[in-house]
Amino acid sequence: MRQSDFRRLSLILLFAPFALWILLLIVLPHIGMGVLALREKVAPRVYEFGFGNFLEFMHEPIYWNTLIRTGSMSLLVTALALLIGFPIAYYIAKIAGPRSRGALFLVCLIPLWVSDLIRAFGWILLLRETGVISSALQAAGLIDAPVELLYNDATVVIGLVYTVILFMIVPLVSTLDGMDNAMIEAGYNLGGNGFTVLRRIIIPYAMPGIVAGCIIVFMLTAGSYLTPILLGGKYSSWFTETIYQQFITRYNWEGGAAFGFLLLAFTSAVVWIGLKLSRQTLAGTVAKS
Amino acid sequence: MTASSEFDLECEAVSKSFGPVRAVDEVSVKIPSGSFFSILGPSGCGKTTLMRMIAGFEDPSSGDIRIKGRSVVDVPPNKRNVKMVFQHLALFPMMNVYENIAYGLRCNGVGKAEIGRRVTDVLERIALPDVGERQIHQLSGGQKQRIAIARCMVLDPDVLLLDEPLGALDLKLREAMKIELKLLQHQFNTTFVYITHDQSEALVMSDRVAVMNNGRFEQIGTPQELYHRPASAFVAGFVGDANRWSGRVVEVSNPHARIETSAGLSALCALGNGQKLRPGDRVEVFVRPEFIRAERLNGAPTPDGNGLTGTVDSLLFNGANSRVLVRSKNAELIEADVTLTGGADDLKPGEAVRLSWSPEQAKCFAAEAATA
Repeated sequence: MRQSDFRRLSLILLFAPFALWILLLIVLPHIGMGVLALREKVAPRVYEFGFGNFLEFMHEPIYWNTLIRTGSMSLLVTALALLIGFPIAYYIAKIAGPRSRGALFLVCLIPLWVSDLIRAFGWILLLRETGVISSALQAAGLIDAPVELLYNDATVVIGLVYTVILFMIVPLVSTLDGMDNAMIEAGYNLGGNGFTVLRRIIIPYAMPGIVAGCIIVFMLTAGSYLTPILLGGKYSSWFTETIYQQFITRYNWEGGAAFGFLLLAFTSAVVWIGLKLSRQTLAGTVAKS
Repeated sequence: MTASSEFDLECEAVSKSFGPVRAVDEVSVKIPSGSFFSILGPSGCGKTTLMRMIAGFEDPSSGDIRIKGRSVVDVPPNKRNVKMVFQHLALFPMMNVYENIAYGLRCNGVGKAEIGRRVTDVLERIALPDVGERQIHQLSGGQKQRIAIARCMVLDPDVLLLDEPLGALDLKLREAMKIELKLLQHQFNTTFVYITHDQSEALVMSDRVAVMNNGRFEQIGTPQELYHRPASAFVAGFVGDANRWSGRVVEVSNPHARIETSAGLSALCALGNGQKLRPGDRVEVFVRPEFIRAERLNGAPTPDGNGLTGTVDSLLFNGANSRVLVRSKNAELIEADVTLTGGADDLKPGEAVRLSWSPEQAKCFAAEAATA
């Protein structure tokens, strides 16, 4: 066999699983969903081509209210994850010594070993009316009656930030790690104070990592299902829950498929606006980290 | 002008310890205004630590640093009027050239119109008037160098520190930048403190050079003084090339001493600066290759002074700096400068030659306990 044939064969063999995955699990379902979404139910078992499913979303305020609510809460979660994650990433990449760096990174990774479900139950054990925090506060005499800390927006946000923050820290650490310490020193040497150095040098330098982390975190949050349902209960009004209801409860696959596409379009639009505002490109951020 | 502000930078018994390691040990120096001062030393000798203390990134364990006569030990780095050109320049890649230079001015709260005027002015002075809008990665190595200097000089610093900025450049550009740096220093008339491990950089550019070893200054002087009148064996060995022999003092007759080297060569040497030797002391002898004459043996009477005979082992051709490597009778290799013209008169490997040098050009120093 000639060298070039061999290389072509190995490329095909290596590429095949990836191509199959993309085709079978991403492309094919989306084509099916697309077909479903554009089918209008006019009578039992009678369908017509049309945009009725999308129009239903427009006409029913509760649907787009839920989508807007999901989007804005996801943005809040992203912002909080950035605010909390940046100092942690900065500490790991720039302040910690080379030996403790690896240990700290590992500590950040440990929660990933436990499934989302178990972690959400952890929060429930802590926050429910008969949970650890409520009992502890009662025992300390700070409150008279048990308090319910679950099933409100703050809990959902905290739980989501906890679930996704790792995906903010990893790209931030990798960009900050590539930054020469001399650049920070040069910032001070040329007369900048701590705030100027952060605003004019560290943040602009880390921008690709910040944007990459924000995109990943926003997509994960807006598409998450388990955490909002378990911590927010029936009031969580998360858009994925609406999609689930369409598919399972109402057995309206056409509506569910249309909502799925709407969520995809909405999150993609938010990411696109974010990229335009930060003057970054997808290739320079997510693809790099 | 008060007496103390004749000096832009003064260090007084500055020390820095990292745990049990003494990186900088009681360094005192006064650097006159407007001079080009180099600190020359091997890597790990403490020169970078000293520079970082001057810039304010490290606090001295003891001692005082004064800039324009004012102590700066308690002044944070961003308030010191000492600017630094970093080893890898540390230009900000997310800003263009103009913004890089304007950064420091903005930090000082200079007005927008004034910033524009001063940036244009400094770009003209470094002869790169049209690069303001370029990105850093579009510049060549030499241009980056000049931008890094301009970024500091636009702030009109009292002292400019340069931390081996030529290390990353290729040889040809490095040679050109040496001259350019010297010219820039004349043009700005600011005190430059230049750190390097490359003795030719230090010798070519500096008004004065401090040779540093193990956290101490071994000698401070003009390049010529260091080269021709080294104060210690370390300086003699580190600055310039030299043939180095160890041996023992046979007799002392000031200002000369007769030395017998361990290879059995007996030679008359000049005592190094401030050396007090007694017969029997272990010494090291340094003779620079350019002071050794290599002549073909032709039966002519032996001239006065030191000398030995040997055979040419090989020629080290390097244009005007060509050398000949001579193997003496006791199998030692000795380097001597020769002129190789390419004619039939040149020395060839295998020829018998006589090497000779005057006692004044052979310096002997008491051997150090640990030779560097």
